[in-house]
Parts: sequence; C-alpha cells; structure tokens
Amino acid sequence: MTTATMDEGARDVKAPAPRAPHGAWTSIKRSWDKHWYAWAMVAPVVIVIGVLVLYPLCYGLYLSFTNANERNVAQNIGPIHIGATYDFVGLHNYWQVISGADGDFYPRLEWTVVWTVSCVAITYAIGLAMALLLNRPMRFRLFYRLALILPWAVPAFIGVFAWRLMFNSQYGVFNDIITKVGLPAQDWLGTPFAQKIAVILVNIWCGVPFMMVALLGGLQAIPGELYEAAEMDGATPVQRFFNVTVPGLRPVTNTVILLSTVWTFNMFPIIYLLLGNNTTGDTDILVTHAYEMAFSGGAADYAGSATYGIVILMILVAFSTFYRRQLKTQD
Amino acid sequence: MSATTQRGSAAVPARPRAADTARRRTRGRNERSLGASFALHATLMAASVIAVFPVLWILFISLGPSTAWQQPNEVLHHLGLDNYRFVLLHSHFPRWFLNSVIVAAATTVLGVLVSASAGYAVSRMRFPGHRPLMWTFLITQMFPMAVLIVPLYNLLVQLNLLDTYLGLVLVYCTISVPFCAWMLKGYFDTIPREIDEAGRVDGLTPFGTFWRLIMPLAKPGLAVTAFFSFLTAWGEVAYSNQFMRDPHTTLAVGIRTFAADQRADWGSMTAASVIIAIPAAIVFMLVQKHLVTGLTAGGTKG
Repeated sequence: MTTATMDEGARDVKAPAPRAPHGAWTSIKRSWDKHWYAWAMVAPVVIVIGVLVLYPLCYGLYLSFTNANERNVAQNIGPIHIGATYDFVGLHNYWQVISGADGDFYPRLEWTVVWTVSCVAITYAIGLAMALLLNRPMRFRLFYRLALILPWAVPAFIGVFAWRLMFNSQYGVFNDIITKVGLPAQDWLGTPFAQKIAVILVNIWCGVPFMMVALLGGLQAIPGELYEAAEMDGATPVQRFFNVTVPGLRPVTNTVILLSTVWTFNMFPIIYLLLGNNTTGDTDILVTHAYEMAFSGGAADYAGSATYGIVILMILVAFSTFYRRQLKTQD
Repeated sequence: MSATTQRGSAAVPARPRAADTARRRTRGRNERSLGASFALHATLMAASVIAVFPVLWILFISLGPSTAWQQPNEVLHHLGLDNYRFVLLHSHFPRWFLNSVIVAAATTVLGVLVSASAGYAVSRMRFPGHRPLMWTFLITQMFPMAVLIVPLYNLLVQLNLLDTYLGLVLVYCTISVPFCAWMLKGYFDTIPREIDEAGRVDGLTPFGTFWRLIMPLAKPGLAVTAFFSFLTAWGEVAYSNQFMRDPHTTLAVGIRTFAADQRADWGSMTAASVIIAIPAAIVFMLVQKHLVTGLTAGGTKG
C-alpha cells in the first residue's frame, strides 16, 4: 500500500525510470532508483553500527584465532613503536574453552545460566504482579507508579553504590533490617554464596521497573470487552487470568523475556560494581570473566577474552533463534 | 473475605516479601471490599518502600557528616550540607558533571534522530536489506560490549577520536540505537499509513512526511527512546573509564576517585550520587507520562 506510494514519491524526486538495455547494471540502477530513499534513511545507523560494532566484532573474531596478550601486541612506549608479535593459532582458543581445559568456562557458564534464569524469572513474576496491581483504578496510583519505576530512573552505578553501602557487613543497614524481620545477618559481600544472593537481589531491584512498565502497557492493550465477555460467561477470576490476561500478554511477554534474557546474560555493571575486586571469581558470569581476562593487569589475555566474547555471542544467537522458532511453532 | 471470589491476579506468584498479597473481592471487576483495598495498598506500599529505600538511604546519609555511613543513628543530630559543599566547591565534580551533560545530551539527540529515521524506513518501506537490518539490531544487543573495549580502543585511536566527546557519543549510540530503532519501528507501525498517504497527496517527500507528520505523532515513542538514550549515556562506566582521560572524565568514572583515594570518602560519594540522580529524575519526570504507551507499542510489535 503505502510502500508503493512511497516508492513512487521517491522516484519522482530522483530520475525518471531507466530505459532499455537490460543487465546487471540496469537492475542495480533500477533498485537504487527505487530504494535509495530508504537506504539514505538507514545509512546513519548502518554506518555507525558497521564501523563501531562490526569492525570491532571482526577484529575480536580475528584476535580469538591468535595468541595475543599484553606482552606481544603492538604498543607505543613513548616515541618507540613496538610491532605486534602474536601468532595465528587457529581454533586453539576455542578448543581450550569448549573442552574445559581452561578450567573456567563450564563453572562460569553454569553460574551465568543460574543467574540469568533466576533473575529473569523472579523479575518477570514481580513485574507482572506489580503491573496487575497497578492496572486498576485506585487512589495514589500515580504515586505508586512513580515510586516503583524509580529504580529505573536512577543510574545503575548509583543504585549499586546505594546497595553496597546497605550491604556493608559492619555498618550496613540491610542486616539491621533483616534481623528485625527475624532472618540471620550475613556478610553479604563476603562469602561467594552470599555475594551471589546479593547480586541477584540488586539486579532484580534494577530490573523490575522495565518489566512492570512493559507489562502494564500490555495489560492496558487488552480490550476490556474480553473481560466483560468472560465475566458474562461466568468465568472465575482465575480463569479470566489464564484465558484472557495470559494470552493477551503473550506478545509483550515474548519480547520482554527475550530482551531481558539477553541483557541479563550480559549484565556487566551490577556484578562488577557491587563486588569490585572483593571477589574470588566465583561470582563472575561469562562477561565479567572475559572483562577480567582483558583488564586484570599483569597478564591481560586479549585472545582469550575475545574468544569468550565470540562464544557468548554464539550462545545468545543460538538461544534467540531457538526461542523465536519455538514461538512460531506455538502459534 | 472467605465467601468472596478470588481476583485473577491473586493466582500470580505474589511478591515473596509480602505474603498477604492474595486479594479477594466481591463483585464487578472494578469494585473491591475494604479488606482487598487494604491489602492492595499495603502490598503496593511495601513494594514502593523497597523500590525507593536505597535512594532515600543515600539521600539520608549524604545529609550527615562525612562519616555518617558508619553511624546512621547520628545523622539526625548532625544534619548539614557539608558533603554537598565539599563536592561542589572543592572537587572536580562540576567539570565531570558538565562533561556528562554534554555527552548525554549529544547521545540523546543523535541517538533519537538516527534511530527514528532508521525505524521509520524499516517500518514503512520494503527495501533489500530490511530484514537483515532488524536482525542486526537484535544481534548487536547480544554482543558483550565489555569485550569490545579492546578493539574499540584501537579503532578510536586510529580515527583520532580517543578521549573526545564525539568518540564517546558515537560509542554510546552503538549501545542505545539498536534498541531504540527496534522500539520506534514498533511504534511507527501503530501509526496509520493513511497519514503518510495524506502527506504524499499534499506533495511532501517521504522525508518530509516523516519529519512533519510522523515525528509529532510519535512523541510517546520518542520520549521513551530519549529516556533510554539519556540513561545509557548518563550511567555508563566501562567505556568511559577506558576511553576518557582527566579533563574529559564523566561522572560515573569521576566519582570513583572519591572512593579510590587512600581514605574512601563515602560522604562525598553519597552527596555526588544524589546530585547525579537529579537530572535523571528530571528527565524521567518529563517522559514518565509516555513511558507506558511508548514502550508497549514498541514491545508488542517488535
């Protein structure tokens, strides 16, 4: 419909339709005449992404096939330039990772999966509960909405800093609060297990508002007539929830779960900032582990870090392909 | 209470910290008993407190003396603005703040414009490369940005953009634009195509249609995009940490120097955090009205 009209408009602006001689050149030219407008509008994005994402990505891919590390990459020490001396090692790095020879990959992957699944599941459950509560007429609704979205508006590093103060084992207020409730005090940022609980808690705190807002919008998009019809048919509230609300939310749910899985899998700042150097490495997910490899100082392993990056990308691409395919077969 | 039917939402796994979430009601979807009302407000109140508490805690500590975080009980007796005075007058904080404002504002403007034009093209025009582009938007979000730092660093050196505002702004755009374009595409899809046709009949070019007709209609979507871009730039730490040097450091990196000295100055850190949160809160207040509509349209149609 409009597509056609738009294209006509575009052609009016550009040259008249090309004449006779057929061939590759003509078809390129014709395609250009027809689509140059669309291409011009996406060009800025394509250029920025192409240069600043694809190039580093390819470079990272290249690094992952070498043994580059801090000692053998090109560097400038003052005016002296030292050339790169690293070698091509083929799939060696990947073999190290996949076979488990580096000793880190599988433990990190396991924790990353636990972290992602628990964060996404709990965040979604709380976000949905809050959205359902907010999606009804009541007093102070605006106040509740603003308060509940607040963690999203606060920059992550500040939220994390606040939690860090609260978690402090000696002076932190968090222990005071939970002992009042009757739970035992913990050294939240001390032992690996408590650290894991702490980072999940903080991530949920940061993540709920996005879920809640997205699901709230999804709830508001469900036509009220559906509920009325269900009510007329004598559906109980539980039935209404499972037969009207859940299917009505499905498009939003699919999107937010996909997005938040990807984001949580790669959630760098929360773990890194909450724990800083005060960690044994047990709480590192794949991303923070890869970052540590490249910036740990002393023995920065660029090739290994790049390999992890590519492996993470492959895991996520595989996941989202699988996820979308599952959704298609469901429909 | 026992005779009432159970409201649908009660079947959802309720907030674990407030076990009394399960609400019951009598009749009509928009009526509820006094008990249900009470439970509803109690739950929302508890959730709001959890959401707001860490922020208020920082605010509270920042009003005390610089060691207040060790004796929160003492704060009320020594209320004062000493931390703020120190941060604003005796540190480099104002300069970091300015740097962050420049970078965040530029990222927001550039990010919104670029992703809107791309989102519009993908939404309205079918052209070769249209599907791969949508895929690229999704995939770029999957690549661990923390791992891109080394190659990006080398690239910025080659382009002479290291330690410049422009370099950092462009890098932030790579984070925010894919999501924003994806979301705006969804939002544009909800705007009727007849409007485009009307624009064409009136002799507007496709870009004119986009700029004069669609952009004003897409305000909710644009507001969410702006919010997202701004927050991305305002709160980012890892890139800024590696790419920017002293006179150009942004807030996220700058305030860490308060804690990195021999003696961690948590008091200044809390005051700085509060000041940093203010612009974010202002932007948030400006867009919050549109947040729900804007995000949904983008989310459902992705």
